[in-house]
Amino acid sequence: MAQPLVKKDDDRDDEADYSPFLGIEKGAVLQEARVFNDPQLDPRRCSQVITKLLYLLNQGETFTKVEATEVFFAVTKLFQSKDIGLRRMVYVMIKELSPSADEVIIVTSSLMKDMTSKTDMYRANAIRVLCRITDGTLLTQIERYLKQAIVDKNPVVASAALVSGIHLLQQTNPEIVKRWSNEVQEAVQSRAALVQFHALALLHQIRQNDRLAVNKLVSSLTKGSVRSPLAQCLLIRYTSQVIRESANNNQAGDRPFYDFLEGCLRHKAEMVIFEAARAITELNGVTSRELTPAITVLQLFLSSSKPVLRFAAVRTLNKVAMTHPMAVTNCNIDMESLISDQNRSIATLAITTLLKTGNESSVDRLMKQITNFMSDIADEFKIVVVEAIRSLCLKFPLKHRSLMNFLSNILREEGGFEYKKAIVDSIVILIRDIPEAKESGLLHLCEFIEDCEFTYLSTQILHFLGIEGPKTSDPSKYIRYIYNRVHLENATVRAGAVSTLAKFGAMVDTLKPRVFVLLRRCLFDNDDEVRDRATLYINTLGGDGAVVETGEDVKEFLFGSLDIPLVNLENSLKNYEPSEESFDINSVPKEVKTQPLAEKKAPGKKPTGLGASPAGPPSTVDAYEKLLSSIPEFANFGKLFKSSAPVELTEAETEYAVNVVKHIFDGHVVFQYNCTNTIPEQLLENVTVIVDASEAEEFAEVASKPLRSLPYDSPGQTFVAFEKPEGVPAVGKFSNMLRFIVKEVDPSTGEAEDDGVEDEYQLEELEVVAADYMLKVGVSNFRNAWETMDADCERVDEYGLGPRESLAEAVNAVINLLGMQPCEGTEVVPNNSRSHTCLLSGVYIGNVKVLVRLQFGLDGPKDVAMKLAVRSEDEAVSDAIHEIVASG
Amino acid sequence: MELCPLIKNILLLDSEGKRIAVKYYSDDWPTNSAKEAFEKAVFAKTQKTNARTDAEITMFDNYVVVYKFVQDLHFFVTGGENENEIILAAVLQGFFDAVGLLLRGTVDKKEALENLDLILLCLDEIVDGGIILETDANVIAGKVASHSMDAGAPLSEQTITQALATAREHLTRSLLK
Repeated sequence: MAQPLVKKDDDRDDEADYSPFLGIEKGAVLQEARVFNDPQLDPRRCSQVITKLLYLLNQGETFTKVEATEVFFAVTKLFQSKDIGLRRMVYVMIKELSPSADEVIIVTSSLMKDMTSKTDMYRANAIRVLCRITDGTLLTQIERYLKQAIVDKNPVVASAALVSGIHLLQQTNPEIVKRWSNEVQEAVQSRAALVQFHALALLHQIRQNDRLAVNKLVSSLTKGSVRSPLAQCLLIRYTSQVIRESANNNQAGDRPFYDFLEGCLRHKAEMVIFEAARAITELNGVTSRELTPAITVLQLFLSSSKPVLRFAAVRTLNKVAMTHPMAVTNCNIDMESLISDQNRSIATLAITTLLKTGNESSVDRLMKQITNFMSDIADEFKIVVVEAIRSLCLKFPLKHRSLMNFLSNILREEGGFEYKKAIVDSIVILIRDIPEAKESGLLHLCEFIEDCEFTYLSTQILHFLGIEGPKTSDPSKYIRYIYNRVHLENATVRAGAVSTLAKFGAMVDTLKPRVFVLLRRCLFDNDDEVRDRATLYINTLGGDGAVVETGEDVKEFLFGSLDIPLVNLENSLKNYEPSEESFDINSVPKEVKTQPLAEKKAPGKKPTGLGASPAGPPSTVDAYEKLLSSIPEFANFGKLFKSSAPVELTEAETEYAVNVVKHIFDGHVVFQYNCTNTIPEQLLENVTVIVDASEAEEFAEVASKPLRSLPYDSPGQTFVAFEKPEGVPAVGKFSNMLRFIVKEVDPSTGEAEDDGVEDEYQLEELEVVAADYMLKVGVSNFRNAWETMDADCERVDEYGLGPRESLAEAVNAVINLLGMQPCEGTEVVPNNSRSHTCLLSGVYIGNVKVLVRLQFGLDGPKDVAMKLAVRSEDEAVSDAIHEIVASG
Repeated sequence: MELCPLIKNILLLDSEGKRIAVKYYSDDWPTNSAKEAFEKAVFAKTQKTNARTDAEITMFDNYVVVYKFVQDLHFFVTGGENENEIILAAVLQGFFDAVGLLLRGTVDKKEALENLDLILLCLDEIVDGGIILETDANVIAGKVASHSMDAGAPLSEQTITQALATAREHLTRSLLK
């Protein structure tokens, strides 16, 4: 071992908070840096100044361009000194300053001199610095030295050159580095561990796009010439990559290189053992026979004294448990002892793993252990546990009693909002999905709101109680909890409680008289909202002996959802001027708009549109469905099958911004044009889109709904509907023309002139494609779904996709073309892979389930070939899918 | 997927979470405030744990962080969420032990600050641009501490300048007292 030489000041004074950098200031240090220019350099002093500069940079201080340049030039002077320690600091400083190209030239010759020096330390560091700051042109000059350095007998020099090569390959100049292949290959055989590691990393990067070469590299090295543990880890990663890519070709028989991975489980270095075990667990379609040895070593790690090993093992097992819960059950005993682990990350991972692998009989024991554990972990971990328990309960509904008890117990303990919300959400989900758990779950929630500090949660629970409570066997027992809220809580919660009481009154006739008594007491509440609600409910429920509406109406009023966008309602209410005429809710537009039409007769009330949110209508199918059904012309089109994402029909920042949403019905298509007027001086009226469907033969226009008025910066919609053959995925192109009457608006008053001019505006074409007839519907277990489909309806064919930018790009293109839902995360293509399998599922028009298995392969450098296998409930649909791909 | 093991950052903080020396090798934290936020969060998350005998580990914002404390110094090494934890621990151990050797066993904040140049060189020798250079503490410390003179330097000149420097330093210190 080299004896560390440390500079120490013998007479240092021992004050406790002495720091050499106390009160340090950038300006002063920059002044100090002038010593770099002294003719007689003092290396020790210079070193100290550099340390100070580095300290400043490290603390987040920044130098201006001028300062940095000044420091840089001063530092270059220090190459005159022969002091190794100082030179080292100079190297670090230059890297930190990352000089510009014209500055680099100043140091190039000094660094090149160091690179050819006899001192190894100089050579190694000069290479690293030079490669860090260099650009391509310089690289050709020093290439010869770098190649020599790679095979240098000093491992530090070789490593420096190799690591620099890795950086250069990724950044500036891959072509030059690729020429070093022979030297790098020689370095792979080096006796020095780290050199081997760096050489292997570089060699693989040079060859990564050549599948055969990587294959060869892996097969020769797995025969055993790698000594460094880090290099061995790399080799394991490369091997699993090769296995992944060859998996598609030979599915039967033994996996190539599995023996190598298994052999690595007996390596002496822990990092290699773990890397191999993890690689095995991540193999595609790993069998339990293959898993067993990996699980065994991970199990040993679980009882290691080192937290890092325990964490690594339990994290890996946790992942395995998601796909192969049975394989992990052997470790359950070790895992249970980890519940009390000092390291809470380990304990949480252990618990969630146990919850995934546990069987019905072990649930109770497990819950007992977890209860002790919950009290001393942070909220974020508790949320993870709560979620795991929820899924466990859905898996074993019979155990709902103990799991629900557990949830209610932790609900009573201390915790933040997010944590409490996770518990409440879990209980609500369990109540919905497990009917037997309903009554106890509701009672737990009732108990919780007796002492709940979160208004949001209280009102949510009250709302939920109002819906579920009246349907239980004994609704009366909830009343007490609800009415207590009226006494004890803040106004928001009290108002919520009043509504809930009313719901009980409406649904349960026997409770009605008693609910009236309670509601009447609320009439004396000191909050307006609470009193208003109480009055309203007493009237609607007929508590005053007034004329009672029919029961259905009351229920619709209390339980039905408000089918008017709240924004519209708010705006209408704001515009309503108190008069004889009462406010009519039916006058509120149901169309989803961010702003109501500005009424001309209310001058000066024109919305100051600039601040208005430009958000379009909500894109969820629900909202669309509501919107379309509110338009009488489209009401009889039947059920909405699919709404596309908005397609822009104008360039960004044009006078009028228009996008279109395609709504597909069984026998109709409706185009919803979302228009925005971006000219403040114009008001558009009677806006329509004239659609030319001559290139869409199967479509016939049946209706259109113009937009009455389109003021500045307040989006509106116009619709055009087409009829098409029922159930047929008709495709076609439509050209669009926006037609409207434009009126000048005086910007100072906001008033529009009376006469307008008719005008047109050309929009881009719009296409209805096959993907519009496909609903993205995922399946949870693709293999099962695939196998249950009739193999007779399978259609397989191969396609050449031609040259593509990358495999990922090709995969995305096909997914978009088909408009289907990728399953099991197969839409993600790992970097550098040469082949990929992608699983898609969807529902085709006519409610036909479709599953697609796509296999992609790179054929030559860029050409992508694809094998497409389709299974569906209808052969014709399988053929149609092929048709889509063939014509796409 | 990046196949080569990569280090995202190495941090040396004091017992209040303040920087002594940090080195980031990834663009995940583009600004100084992002870096400080990360350090603050890591420190807050780990300060109550006992990482004085064995290196400890935690997951954090999709990073794996291994850490070890001694006296008032907190050592951290961060990697991506899919990194081999044991490799990260090896880097941490290398850093930790190398600092121990360089500070000759007196490993605390004061010593670390006084020998900050050694710590910075140490960081420079462990990882280069995210790629692990060396994990053996003896080798790292050896590389950092080879402070001897270049063979080519004139010996006489050196001793005189050094002597002058020491003298000047002593003088300033005594004046400051």
